[in-house]
Amino acid sequence: MAENTKSLQVKEKRGPIPTAEQIHQGPTFTPEVDIFETDGSLVVVADMPGVKAENLDVDLRENILTLAGTVISPEGPDEVDIVKEYQTGTYFRQFTLSEMINQPEIDAKMTDGVLRLNLPKVKPVSPRKIKVKTV
Amino acid sequence: MIIKNTLGNVPRWRWNDTFEELERMKQEMERLYQYPAMKIFRETAAGVFPAINITEETDNYYVRAELPGIKASDLELSIANDTLTIEGKRKSDPEDEKTKYHRRERESGRFSRKITLPAQINASKADATCNDGLLTIVLPKAESAKPKKITVTTL
Repeated sequence: MAENTKSLQVKEKRGPIPTAEQIHQGPTFTPEVDIFETDGSLVVVADMPGVKAENLDVDLRENILTLAGTVISPEGPDEVDIVKEYQTGTYFRQFTLSEMINQPEIDAKMTDGVLRLNLPKVKPVSPRKIKVKTV
Repeated sequence: MIIKNTLGNVPRWRWNDTFEELERMKQEMERLYQYPAMKIFRETAAGVFPAINITEETDNYYVRAELPGIKASDLELSIANDTLTIEGKRKSDPEDEKTKYHRRERESGRFSRKITLPAQINASKADATCNDGLLTIVLPKAESAKPKKITVTTL
């Protein structure tokens, strides 16, 4: 495949339409994700720069997958802003999953501000024939 | 401003007043732009990836950029006089052909950005770290650019 040499475009960070009041202060942003499916699992890759593994919260209940990550503002207390092109805030996004997921086997990796979630699909139960015994 | 003519209630525009209205409107719009809410719409005004925040302390400048998925080895930083250049490439994860994409929002590609700093910097002492997708560049100011206190003596 040819090398992808197009240049990256800058995008403003978008925030979600809040359905409930946020407990924390500060802006909330929607991280960009790639979702794709292989034969055995569903993979979710999310961009969350500045989020460390311990500040990340991944939750799956009732088929709703929630990604939440908090960022500590990196600026020191004495710093004066000259140029501010992006804001820092928490990341939050929810997805409804249609597939059945094997919950204990969910695997999450966080490197360089990118979260990679591997959600293995439940293997479909192969139909079992039930023998009928004649008494 | 409409002036009611003394002869009757016929409104008349005075020439100067037309421009006064426009002048006032222009001042109102400029005042609106100063509010923080409007400032948010001017983010990414440079239109070049990546978006950066520059902050200043007495001794240093800090340039920060959010570059998720980019390791230190994918980045090239260089300084010439008071211009900082940030270049790099963001790779997309290679996936095999059997994957089916439900959603694809993350992009990959090259980026290059030159930033002019407000004062001279000491390029040899510049330091950059890239952690968790957040690039922080510490640029110490050159001695001539640091603010110097002037003591005021009373005679």
